[in-house]
Amino acid sequence: MTWTRKDLLGLEDLSKEELELILTTAESFKEVSTREIKKVPALRGKTVVNLFYEPSTRTRVSFEVAAMRLSADVINIASETSSVRKGETLIDTGKNIEALKADIIVVRHNSSGAATMLARNVNISVVNAGDGWHEHPTQALLDIFTLKEKLGRIEGINVSIVGDIAHSRVARSNIWGLSKLGAKVLVCAPSMLVPPGIEAMGAQVTTDIDEALKNADAVNVLRMQFERDEGTAFPEQLDYFKNFGITAQRLSKAKKNIIVMHPGPINRGIEISSEVADGLNSVILEQVTNGIAVRMSVLFLVAQAQEKKHEPTD
Amino acid sequence: MRINPEPSAILGQKRGKTRESPMKEKAKILDKDALQRALMRIAHEILEKNKGTNDLCLIGIRNRGAYLAKRLAECIERIDRESVPVGILDITLYRDDLTLIAAGPVVHKTEIDFDINDKNVVLVDDVLYTGRTIRAALDALNDFGRPRSIQLAVLVDRGHRELPIRADYVGKNIPTAQNETVEVRLEDVDAKDEVVIVQKD
Repeated sequence: MTWTRKDLLGLEDLSKEELELILTTAESFKEVSTREIKKVPALRGKTVVNLFYEPSTRTRVSFEVAAMRLSADVINIASETSSVRKGETLIDTGKNIEALKADIIVVRHNSSGAATMLARNVNISVVNAGDGWHEHPTQALLDIFTLKEKLGRIEGINVSIVGDIAHSRVARSNIWGLSKLGAKVLVCAPSMLVPPGIEAMGAQVTTDIDEALKNADAVNVLRMQFERDEGTAFPEQLDYFKNFGITAQRLSKAKKNIIVMHPGPINRGIEISSEVADGLNSVILEQVTNGIAVRMSVLFLVAQAQEKKHEPTD
Repeated sequence: MRINPEPSAILGQKRGKTRESPMKEKAKILDKDALQRALMRIAHEILEKNKGTNDLCLIGIRNRGAYLAKRLAECIERIDRESVPVGILDITLYRDDLTLIAAGPVVHKTEIDFDINDKNVVLVDDVLYTGRTIRAALDALNDFGRPRSIQLAVLVDRGHRELPIRADYVGKNIPTAQNETVEVRLEDVDAKDEVVIVQKD
């Protein structure tokens, strides 16, 4: 299996083999972060630009740390403090970054399809760090990496995704990735937050939280994105916790070793109780650690796909 | 000590798929017995030079160097009844031609779960050729600590160095042409022990 894509835009387009290559490469990269000197020279002389049109701490810092551990140089551009405020378009910004001879753009944007559009208009690599409601591939990859590490496999496991599916790019990327790798995905949300066509992506749907937890090997709890509330279709916060919140009492009816994941940031007492978020089943902070290895893997693979090739020598 | 037992992950890493390639075999240089004798002799030399196993450790370079390091450790244990720590180094990320490699480099795990500071480290590889792998390995070891000394053991030295690097222990010197390749086959991955010269197209 050879990686040939210059971009990582989503998991929908990837083959099972490509997903597996990213994950096994990430396994090798995880060791780097355990060394005293947490750095390898793989991307020395490369420049990575983090271009973020939406607020983000976890993802941006994770990409930044990943790039640094590969010895790349990193520049961060946040839209609030850039020429975007003066009306520059995404494509113009991208072409300017390309003209600066950067090698990889990591882009986060509130419009679905933004990363794909950018990738079509620049020759350098584009990595999608979340575009609207569409995809957040590296988040799903780190979720899957964490599951594989904990359970030893993805094939045949039951994963329930609970929460605001409609507004969640994390859910979409997870459904694509998990089902390609042979996991059974069940999504659970109030019916107003289940988008149409989700079954066609390979997931089952339920509105009963106890059913979602009953056979699950893992539950991925999504944040309620109240900032996207347009005033109509959102449940009240307290109602949501009562009906869908992941609590110790609900987990007591699930498998004893059920893995509890959350992409962060957590809203304690809304989609998950503090007791569960900090409890023994939670792998939330391990997800953050694994995110670095997965993003190192992605940056490394897209960067080497760019270069011209020759045969190696000893 | 752990070695990745999955042959499919091992094959085709360092030099593409040479071990299964249709290239023409020209000569067998070492058979099973000769290979084992060479390892035994190197083990003796390592013990002689380092005056025993104190502070000694072996680090094999993926892929076949890792298996050779394990076999050398077994030889040393047979001679001295002392076990030495064995690590595995993947030098992919330290290559000077990393982003240029045709097949798309595959990154494997580095497994050094002991402290190399102030140790006498013997790096182990199958074939010494340009010296660039060893240069990368030296850089990688730098990130793990500061050994008292680093020595180099190779099963075959085929010449054609491009860097000022030499081996301390050599199983066999084999003068080769640039259009030839030396293939080291080991039972652990290739079903038999032998070293052959093959002709590239």
